Amino acid sequence: MSYLVYCLAFVGGFVIMSLEMLGGRMLAPYFGNSIHVWGSIITIFMASLAIGYLYGGRWSVKAPSLAKFGSVFLVGAVFLYPLGYFSEPAMIWIFERIEDTRYGSLLAATFLFAVPTAILGMISPYSVRLLVQTTEESGRVAGRLYFVSTVGSALGTLGTSFYLVLYFEVNTILILLTLALLVVGALALFVSRR
Amino acid sequence: MMRNAIIATLLCGVSISATAELIHKERSLYQSILVNKHGSMVCLQFSVRRDQRNQSCIDQRRPKEMVFTYTKMMMSALLLNPNPKRVLIAGLGGGTLPMALAELFPEAQIDVVEIDPAVVKVAKRFFGFTETEKLQVFAQDARVFTKRALIRADRYDLIMLDAFNGDYIPEHLMTREYLSETKSLLTDDGIIAANTFTVSRLYDHESATYHAVFGEFFNLRPWRSSNRVILTSQQPLPNVLVLGQRAKQLEDRLKPFGIDIRAYPRQLSTKVDWDDDVRVLTDQYSPVNLLQNR
Repeated sequence: MSYLVYCLAFVGGFVIMSLEMLGGRMLAPYFGNSIHVWGSIITIFMASLAIGYLYGGRWSVKAPSLAKFGSVFLVGAVFLYPLGYFSEPAMIWIFERIEDTRYGSLLAATFLFAVPTAILGMISPYSVRLLVQTTEESGRVAGRLYFVSTVGSALGTLGTSFYLVLYFEVNTILILLTLALLVVGALALFVSRR
Repeated sequence: MMRNAIIATLLCGVSISATAELIHKERSLYQSILVNKHGSMVCLQFSVRRDQRNQSCIDQRRPKEMVFTYTKMMMSALLLNPNPKRVLIAGLGGGTLPMALAELFPEAQIDVVEIDPAVVKVAKRFFGFTETEKLQVFAQDARVFTKRALIRADRYDLIMLDAFNGDYIPEHLMTREYLSETKSLLTDDGIIAANTFTVSRLYDHESATYHAVFGEFFNLRPWRSSNRVILTSQQPLPNVLVLGQRAKQLEDRLKPFGIDIRAYPRQLSTKVDWDDDVRVLTDQYSPVNLLQNR
């Protein structure tokens, strides 16, 4: 089971940063490529992850299970998938109402990315809860989990900005990320049922 | 890249000499801005790399005269619309193009969009750029400005796209959607002049994107030049005779700027000299900076 949890943590880290890189692409047509657009995106990702950590940790206290862990990924996929469809109308709506691109981009980033990112943020504390058995090993397990998920994040950043955007459209990459979440989430559910 | 920069430099007749004196240097939010002085030549650069070509130069002895081939080529837009009343320029640089147009058409309203406020300051301080009621600069992203202008229902007779500095290309300013939005800003006889790329695979992708949005367009790509200017028109493109007549009429007015406008009509080509089967650049797919290095 522990390999599977590490694998899921890796995918979670990958998807979060891949989505963040796509965020710049998605917002640029409406809010430009100014430094404050990246500021908005990073702010919202950080704030959403923070909330995700908090609630993921809280949720892990009572009766943690691999099935629940897997369901986090499935729910994340459900909120990630529609981005390709409603991001355009949402950004048009915001663009027409807010002139200042700082607040426009902040609101757009919130609307598009806050929910899926917060859900994916729950992965880290929950995975710690699943793998830690004793107090002595807690630091080592947590360190290993951070290692795996952060390596996933690094590869998500690199893979998306170096290669994925060179071959795929933004919406196609969103679908690939959704599929990745669905596959590992379903895998966790499948393993937990056995 | 290095070789292209050297060729560009040679063609432009300006050498980045080791004796050039650095008179201003600052790091803005978007780039490093350097101003070099070599004799009476003051030049603007956007990178600290030695091989980086100059963005804009002014010869203080003949401040009116354009130094770069590509800025002169951009003025060929006047062959398609000899009397623009509202002009939009994306990308300020040293302000060469807006200053020339303001002098040629004192009645015209000229809007310039420049993302970097520091560039505006440098253009004013070192390149004699001045804002007037008729010539205004907006420190904004060009894409955002364009979308706002569409909502305001502003229209322009002439739009010049000159926002790329060769080092980093804003990817959202090369897509089909951006060009369509820009096209929608044009009046019925409006013109777009775009300073674009001749190197790497980007040439094919960019050309195919313009082709998809505008249909037939003029390619101005002088022999052995590393510059290429695209001219598009809302009206059918004029034939070489009409172009020749207009060049004749414009000749004397453009000469003080160092522009030999009569050379351009026969260099304007509608030939498809790119691979038109490559993917069109869109908001969904625009890995422009990656393609540039291929």
